[in-house]
Amino acid sequence: MTWEWPFAFEILPHLLAGVKITILATLLASALALTLGLAIAIGRRSAGPRISSALRFCVNFVRGTPLLVQLYFVFYVLPDIGIYLSPLTAGVLALGIHYSSYTSEVYRAGIESVDRGLWEAAKALNLTRSQTWRYIVIPMAVPPIIPALANYVVGMFKETPLLSTITVVELMNQARIISNINYRYLEPMTMVGAFFLAVSVPAVIGLHYLERRFGVGSARHHNMSIF
Amino acid sequence: MPESVQFLPLILAGAILTVELTVLGSVLALLVAFAVGFARLSNTVWLRVPARVFMEFFRGTSMFVQLFWAYFVLPLLGISLTPFQAGVLVLGLNAGAYMSEIVRGAMLALPREQFEACIALNLKKVHRLRYVLLPQALRLMIHPFSNSIVEILKGTSIVSLISLSDMTFRAQSVRVQTGDTAVPFLTILFVYFLLAIGFWSLMRWLERNLAPTQPSERGT
Repeated sequence: MTWEWPFAFEILPHLLAGVKITILATLLASALALTLGLAIAIGRRSAGPRISSALRFCVNFVRGTPLLVQLYFVFYVLPDIGIYLSPLTAGVLALGIHYSSYTSEVYRAGIESVDRGLWEAAKALNLTRSQTWRYIVIPMAVPPIIPALANYVVGMFKETPLLSTITVVELMNQARIISNINYRYLEPMTMVGAFFLAVSVPAVIGLHYLERRFGVGSARHHNMSIF
Repeated sequence: MPESVQFLPLILAGAILTVELTVLGSVLALLVAFAVGFARLSNTVWLRVPARVFMEFFRGTSMFVQLFWAYFVLPLLGISLTPFQAGVLVLGLNAGAYMSEIVRGAMLALPREQFEACIALNLKKVHRLRYVLLPQALRLMIHPFSNSIVEILKGTSIVSLISLSDMTFRAQSVRVQTGDTAVPFLTILFVYFLLAIGFWSLMRWLERNLAPTQPSERGT
């Protein structure tokens, strides 16, 4: 079987329609993961020991189970208890919650690296708890972890094809539908792969920029080769 | 009592395939990770560039897309893989690409004095690696590796989509057959979590027992 350009161009509009949903799902899930992750990290830090160990269990549980099964769970089990969600909502919810378990760990690392003296200074200045978080801790904790957070946003983008399993018609599902109708897998699947590469390679370059801009560099030996 | 309870043994039997895929995938991923990670540290452009391309390719596209490509497109190019082979191959290559960054990162994280000391002592490159660098770098790698292995475990659920009868596939079949959702899906969620805890503890045990103790830590 050889690559056929006319077929590739014919299916392109359908795939682009899927791209829109892919990007929409990524943006919504990122917003959820970034806010929920921060909420979890703050909760684990400031709540009592019982709540914070419950939160830790939840984070580990979400991190230790496959996203695919979580998607099935949200999509198939929640309707049984009377919660009906559209496929896209269910997908965004599962994806966002799944990745909030990762982002919360990133936020936690960022918060822990904030100098103790700043907490004490905030206390000395008689700032309230929320003022301390709002004006001292978060502005100090977040910039160094921006590259790590951006990395997870890119990760979420790459996981969106899984939403096709709960009937969200995003890029991968469009490709599967086209493949099954025409019985040609080569062009649709390759184009999906090419699309993801086309987004993630610039994303990698962007991440390197973020790391140089916000991250902490270290001295390295010029010759690390073992060969 | 929901109807699906009688199918639970059937679902749990799928855990064997899940573990098999995880173990084989991890072995392949480790081999790939060290090969690619070291190639990326090489001075030879012909090793460094292909390794970089490989890494960006497998990290840049989703595992799901790679799996479908391996299963549906490779046969068109004359390479037919069984679902199991395709699953292990894609799990291994995909996770290997991520883990190669761990290998590279751990090597780069070693203090540069270590390299300078090796050069000053005139150690051969093999000896540098064997006696000085790898024992220290491995210690840094084990913890991130344990997360990668759990990622592989979670990745195995995706092979259910190319009709490999793992735990997720069986739970889906039971859902289709009985219309019952809560029992099969809650069961496999907990089994996956228990397996993840198992792999995490195994790696923590390895970390404690295999990693060399640094002299400064012996006293404390």
